[in-house]
Amino acid sequence: MTGTLAAVGAGLAVIGAGIGIGNVGAKAMEAIARQPEAVGDIRANMILMAALVEGAALIAIILSFFA
Amino acid sequence: MSGMNIKSLLTLVLVVASVSLFAQADNHTDSSHEQAAQSENSHETDNHDDQDAHSTEGHHDECAFHHEQDPENFNPQQIAFHHIADANVYSIGPLQLPLPCILYSKESGWDIFLSNKFEFDRLGHGAGYKAFNRYVLDGGSVKRIADASFPGGSVAIEGFKHKEIVVDGKKKEEAYICYGGNEYKLDAKSTLDGGMFGGGITSFHDFSITKNVTAMILVTLFLMWMFLSIASAYKKREGMAPKGLQGFIEPVFTFMNDEVVEPFLGKKSLTYLPFIMALFFFILGLNLFGQIPFFGGANVTGSLSVTLVLAVITFLVVNFSGKKDYWQHIFWMPGVPAWVKTILTPVEMLGVFIKPLTLMLRLFANITAGHIVIIIFVSLIFIFGKVGTVPAAGYGAAVGSTVLTLFMMSIELLVAFIQAFVFAILTASYIGAAVEEHHH
Repeated sequence: MTGTLAAVGAGLAVIGAGIGIGNVGAKAMEAIARQPEAVGDIRANMILMAALVEGAALIAIILSFFA
Repeated sequence: MSGMNIKSLLTLVLVVASVSLFAQADNHTDSSHEQAAQSENSHETDNHDDQDAHSTEGHHDECAFHHEQDPENFNPQQIAFHHIADANVYSIGPLQLPLPCILYSKESGWDIFLSNKFEFDRLGHGAGYKAFNRYVLDGGSVKRIADASFPGGSVAIEGFKHKEIVVDGKKKEEAYICYGGNEYKLDAKSTLDGGMFGGGITSFHDFSITKNVTAMILVTLFLMWMFLSIASAYKKREGMAPKGLQGFIEPVFTFMNDEVVEPFLGKKSLTYLPFIMALFFFILGLNLFGQIPFFGGANVTGSLSVTLVLAVITFLVVNFSGKKDYWQHIFWMPGVPAWVKTILTPVEMLGVFIKPLTLMLRLFANITAGHIVIIIFVSLIFIFGKVGTVPAAGYGAAVGSTVLTLFMMSIELLVAFIQAFVFAILTASYIGAAVEEHHH
């Protein structure tokens, strides 16, 4: 039973990360549409930001293993 | 013309992938048929009803080798974890090759031998028929018989048994072997996780050249050869346009330099360029090596120990190159009220450790998740084949899972590059923050 609860927690964490990375991607697309010449810089920063958001979700998922 | 080429290439890839998928499916069922003759006299026929009853429970109480187990007893979770784990055999397709074992236990000291001492099947699943000096090969990895009354030297064993027990509300699998009518408990190798992942210090340590170590050695040798030949090409062809391998790697290298190293490190970039490039190409090489189907599938960057070491190296480099400003921003952030500092300082101090921790987990989780998803897609064939009880359902699922697996593998190819890039860019940004000089 604890395993199932932990799985729910992991799922909730992934929802948060999904919203976060979705926002990063959406804003990056908008920025590229506005300034197509800055696509290289925007892409690199987008990946960096997505990775940082992902980090928070990963910690939650690993914690759910221990729960 | 190029359209034609791409089409024929795609067709070739599809054909090869579907053939090999079927070959693997056949291998799974065939190996149980092949060996059925061997075990006809034993439990396989007379205890069939008994085994059916157990298969619903998901674990087996029979003493058996892998191929003797009921194919009905298909457990995708177990298979996934077996395939992403490190092993003491190297598998190319269904072929299993022995690797050197270097084992140490307090009681019997060092044991160094090739893992073919365990006499596993060349076309099997890494279950050894023999114990050697109280070590056995279970599911490709070496385990040790804890009981001192078990004889040393080469001893034929009768089978393996896996039991699921519950400790503190957590499921744990215990492995046993059968010998002379008794069951002997097996110890897994010692791991340094302090029991967090179900490991801990057991009766022996495994320093073997395992599948992952072999993959790392191969990739390192390849990278050395590649970069040495490129370096000599730059010397020989000075001032000329890059050619061949040199022309292939140069854009990648300059991209990494212009997008990652230069923006974050500025003047210091030459000092840290070798470190960040080494990290990037090592991780990229291992990610891509793990993608090659039926060539070991070494899940090196999906192994926590490997990503842990990479993250620890980054942690050391960042903190040893930290300037005064870096430490000041951690312990006593300038320009904020004192009461904020009481909150900020613990958070910043935690951040020093959380940064390498997420670096470690990100790479591990991304690569492992990709491997597991591919294994689950392949498992769908067997799950459908079993549920439908008509072979057609399995064949239908095989077509679907071939497409899904190809799709997933192309995504994994992208992830291999992105994760290597992310590791490099985050390392560069952490080092950049550590060496930055602020002007207040």
